[in-house]
Amino acid sequence: MNENVPPIEAIDLHKHFGQLEVLRGIDFTVDAQEVVCVVGPSGSGKSTLLRCVNLLEVPTAGKVLVEGIDMTDPETDVDAVRARIGMVFQQFNLFPHLTVLRNLTIAQQKVLKRSEDEANEEARKVLERVGLSDKVDEFPIRLSGGQQQRVAIARSLSMNPDMMLFDEPTSALDPELVGEVLDVMRGLAQEGMTMMVVTHEMGFARQVGDRVVFMDEGIIVEEGPPDDVLLNPQHERTQRFLQAVLRQ
Amino acid sequence: MKKTTKQKLRRAILYLVFVLAVVLFAVLADWGQIQTSFFNLDVAAEMLPRVFTVAAKNTIVYTFTAFSFGLVLALVLALMKRSEIRPYRWVANSYIELFRGLPALVTIIFVAYGLPIALDIRIPGGLLGQGTVGLGLVAAAYMAETLRAGIEAVPRGQMEAARSLGMSRGAAMRSIVLPQAFRIIIPPLTNELVLLIKDTSLFFVLGSTPVNKELTKFGRDLMTQKFNATPLVVIALVYLIITLPLTRLVAQLEKRAARAR
Ligand SMILES: Nc1ncnc2c1ncn2[C@@H]1O[C@H](COP(=O)(O)OP(=O)(O)OP(=O)(O)O)[C@@H](O)[C@H]1O
Ligand SMILES: [Mg+2]
Repeated sequence: MNENVPPIEAIDLHKHFGQLEVLRGIDFTVDAQEVVCVVGPSGSGKSTLLRCVNLLEVPTAGKVLVEGIDMTDPETDVDAVRARIGMVFQQFNLFPHLTVLRNLTIAQQKVLKRSEDEANEEARKVLERVGLSDKVDEFPIRLSGGQQQRVAIARSLSMNPDMMLFDEPTSALDPELVGEVLDVMRGLAQEGMTMMVVTHEMGFARQVGDRVVFMDEGIIVEEGPPDDVLLNPQHERTQRFLQAVLRQ
Repeated sequence: MKKTTKQKLRRAILYLVFVLAVVLFAVLADWGQIQTSFFNLDVAAEMLPRVFTVAAKNTIVYTFTAFSFGLVLALVLALMKRSEIRPYRWVANSYIELFRGLPALVTIIFVAYGLPIALDIRIPGGLLGQGTVGLGLVAAAYMAETLRAGIEAVPRGQMEAARSLGMSRGAAMRSIVLPQAFRIIIPPLTNELVLLIKDTSLFFVLGSTPVNKELTKFGRDLMTQKFNATPLVVIALVYLIITLPLTRLVAQLEKRAARAR
């Protein structure tokens, strides 16, 4: 991989749902090993932006480059690129009919064509890393929300991705379970994982984020180092949003 | 106070009518006649063991063959119905509307007699082949709708999670969505199976040999031969032996699904 090519680059990205213009010209970059936190009010297009990166949503106009590969180019093997992008959802989206172990091995075997033994070994390794070695044979429904989300992170990690996308990974969790998931994410950041994190956890954004992006109404209003954006916002909309968040 | 007295009275009258009807039936009915015509043990004994080894076995074989064929076709139709390509959706929709709108008997006759006459196409396998293809074509239309509903009942996030791991649409469908969809539709599919068991009785139009009769044909032929209705009673019992466990199973599965929700 060329070190100079940023893992994620969006160029004048637009997305419409029918008449609704959800993304209205987004330009941004995530550099290697960088942790970018995306914040903003509900409906501002954060999830849509994240989902455009791995083409779960197809942009209406503009480009998304992943490691320099144009995702919107019809010639691109999107599945192959997606295999290198981990994605963690708000609702975990674990496969309920499969055991934890199988949740982690199925894509390794079907996409990366690893043998069952290799896949199992990798799965056990990442499960240990997220502290769930004892849950290999459980079904997801038997786990707490925090454990399920850690399994979901492990599922992505088992593919040895180059970067990770998180869409409000702790928003569906009871407050006392948020910490264990953020700890895992913090660990990933420290090991140098490239991460794009949509979150309402301002504490996490400040501590772990290298950069914070504030979105509103489909555009990036403001971005910069966490302390600048979160403690000393320049734009009135950012100020209003942060005040509203702090009041909660 | 007045109202409850009235209700009690109505209740009493209804019970009285019921008891009177039973007594009247018991008195008027010719029990000897009923027993010899419907519960003739000699006739029933003659049906053994062939009612099980031939007739019931054939009914079950026909049912499962039609069900398997229908299910495969239904899967194709359900996926076509969800295709991004409009002509595929159109074909699937037309198929489903057509075969749900026709009597199964018409389809069976068409496959067995219409195709050879019209196009010189003869489905191989005799009664088994032609009957089950005809019935399977119809069953597929119903099961396609069931399957589509099952696929749509699987949360969208499942497909998205699978795709985000790099799985192709087909692989995600096969190993993530469909297994969950099937689990959801086990009760309606079992119902469909019960309907098919009963519909194999339509195969009587295809004629028969001593070895390929299913339950209804077997019972009916024996009835005319013996001039006695006992064979019908016996095959009715055999049908119930097959279908009751299945309908009970469905009821239980549905109860469990309701509890899980
Ligand atoms: N598939 C879709 N079809 C139609 N409209 C959609 C679709 N997905 C999202 N939207 C709309 O796009 C807008 C932006 O949605 P998006 O999920 O990106 O916002 P968000 O910033 O992630 O909000 P939240 O903080 O609530 O998750 C919303 O108004 C939403 O209703
Ligand atoms: Mg969102």
